[in-house]
Amino acid sequence: MKIMVAVKRVVDYAVKIRVKPDKTGVETTNVKMSMNPFCEIALEEALRIRESGLAKEVVAVSVGPTQCADTLRTALAMGADRAVHVDAGTANVPPLSVAKILRALVQAEQPGLLILGKQAIDDDCNQTGQMVAGLLKWSQGTFASKVVLDKENQKATVEREVDGGIETICLDLPAVITTDLRLNQPRYATLPNIMKAKSKVIKKVTPEELNVELRPDIEIVQVTEPPKRKAGVILSSVDELIDKLKNEARVL
Amino acid sequence: ISTLIVAEHDGGFVKPSTLSAIAAAEVVSKENSISVLLAGSGPSVEKAAQHAATCHPLVSEVLVAKAEELEHPMAESWAEIVKMVQQKGSYSHIMAASTSFGKNILPRAAAVLDVSPITDVVQISEPRLFVRPIYAGNALCTVQYTGLDPCMMTIRSTSFQGEVNPDAAKANPATITQIDISFLNQEIVGKSKWLSLSSQESERPDLGNARVVITGGRALKSAENFKLLEKLAEKLGAAVGATRAAVDAGYVPNDLQVGQTGKIVAPELYIAFGVSGAIQHLAGMRDSKVIVAVNKDADAPIFQVADYGLVADLFEVIPELLEKVPEKK
Repeated sequence: MKIMVAVKRVVDYAVKIRVKPDKTGVETTNVKMSMNPFCEIALEEALRIRESGLAKEVVAVSVGPTQCADTLRTALAMGADRAVHVDAGTANVPPLSVAKILRALVQAEQPGLLILGKQAIDDDCNQTGQMVAGLLKWSQGTFASKVVLDKENQKATVEREVDGGIETICLDLPAVITTDLRLNQPRYATLPNIMKAKSKVIKKVTPEELNVELRPDIEIVQVTEPPKRKAGVILSSVDELIDKLKNEARVL
Repeated sequence: ISTLIVAEHDGGFVKPSTLSAIAAAEVVSKENSISVLLAGSGPSVEKAAQHAATCHPLVSEVLVAKAEELEHPMAESWAEIVKMVQQKGSYSHIMAASTSFGKNILPRAAAVLDVSPITDVVQISEPRLFVRPIYAGNALCTVQYTGLDPCMMTIRSTSFQGEVNPDAAKANPATITQIDISFLNQEIVGKSKWLSLSSQESERPDLGNARVVITGGRALKSAENFKLLEKLAEKLGAAVGATRAAVDAGYVPNDLQVGQTGKIVAPELYIAFGVSGAIQHLAGMRDSKVIVAVNKDADAPIFQVADYGLVADLFEVIPELLEKVPEKK
C-alpha cells in the first residue's frame, strides 16, 4: 500500500504574527516558515505505518508557491520516499481547490490512505481533509488520536477526539484521515537524513496540468488586529480578589 | 434568504450550539426562513424535532432523516443527506455550529455541492460578508463570499447567543417533515461504522456553555491535584478546562482542552490556575468577559490578558478560595 500525505508551509507556530498596516493580510516576508505542526503529525503517522510493514511507500505532496519545495525537502528528510509539488506560483489557492488538486493526485497515485493535518495554523480552516474525502467519496476519520490498520480486511480503526470524549469508528480503505495533536510525537530529521533527502526527487506539476481551476469563491476584504484587552490589575490577596469579583466585576 | 441548519441533538433536545447557529441565521436576515435538518433514530430524534419546531420563531420547517444507521452522526451519510435536501430546497445558506460534529460534516457536504465553506464565523455583517479569526485569533479576517449558492459556513457558538422568547416561538410551531432517505445505499452508509464513544459523565455544566470556567495548566502537576479544581468548580457551578500541556501530561481527558485546536469558551468568568498563557491557549478563551489569572511567575503572558491577577502559589490560593468563596445557590 502507498500512503499520501499532504503538507502545508505556514508561518512557524512560535512566531508572533503581525498584521500588515494596509490590512491586506499578515506579514510573511522575513518571517520563519515551517511545516504546519498537524502536517508533521500526519507525516509521522505515515512513516510509522510504513515502518511497521503495512505500507511500502510514503509520498508527500504540497500545494503552494515555489518555496513549498523547502517544506517537501523537510518531509523527505523526515523519511518520505518522494514528493510532489503542485506549484501554484503566487496565486492564492483556496481549500476547495486544494482538495480538487489532491483528488487529482490521488487518482494518479492511487494511495490506500491519504493523511492530512486536521487544520493549518495559519487560516485555521479545518476543511481540506473532509472536502477531499467527499470529492473522492472515500470514508473519513477526522481529528484522529489513534489509527490501527487491518491490512487483511482493508479497514482502519480510528479513535477521534470529539467534543464529548473519544469516538471510535471503523473505516473501509481507501480512506482519508486527519490528525489531531495527540496522535504521535513527530521525529526530527537527522543530519544524515537531511543529506540523503537532497538526492530524493521532488516532482513538479501545476494546477493546470492537473486540470484544476483555482476558483476564488472567497475574497479577503481586510485583515485586522483583534481588539486589545484592557490591562488588568495585579491584586495582593485572595480576599481582594473575592471582593473585586463580587463588587466590581459582579460575577460572583 | 433561506437557511438550512445542520442540527445536532442529544437526549431529545437540539443542542445549545445548534441554537446558536439558528441565532446566527437570524443575524443573516431578520426575515430568514429557517429549516432545521435532524438525523437520528428512535424516539429521541422525534422529541428533538418537537424541540426544533418550537425553539425559534424563524424556524419554518423541521426536516427529519430517521433510520437505524443514522443513530450516530457519520459524515459520509450526512453529506449526502445535506446534498439531497439542498437540491430540493435551494437554500441560500447552510449553517452549522463549529463543534466536532459541524466541523466534520459541513466541509464534506460543501465539497459534494461544489462550494467553498467558511469556517468559524464570529461576525455576520451582511448576508455574504463575514468575520472569522485566523492565526489562533491573533488576526481577524473579513471575507466576502462570491461563490454560487448555497453559502455554507460553520459559526462559533460563543459569538451568537440566542435570546429567544420561548412563548413567541411556541405560538407558531414549525411543520415537521420526514424526509425520504431511501437513496442512502450500502455504498454510502457501509463505508464507515461507528463503534463507541468513551466519555466521562459529569454533573457539571458543559465547557462550551458554562457561565464560569476554571482551567488548570501543567503547574497542577497531577490528575490528583485537578480534583482540587473540580472541588472549586462545584462550589462555583463552573466547568473545568485545561491547557494542552495538562491534557498531554494525562491529567485530564482531551475534551477539556481549551485553545486554538480545542474548545473555544467565552464565559462570564474565566479563572486560570498555573496557566502560562501560550497564544494557542489564549485563542480559546480571550473572549471571556472577566479573566482571572493565578500564577507564581509574574512574567507569565496570561497576566497580559487578565483583568485580575494574583502572583501566588495556586496550591495556597485554591484552598483559600474554597474556604472563602460564597456557595453557589
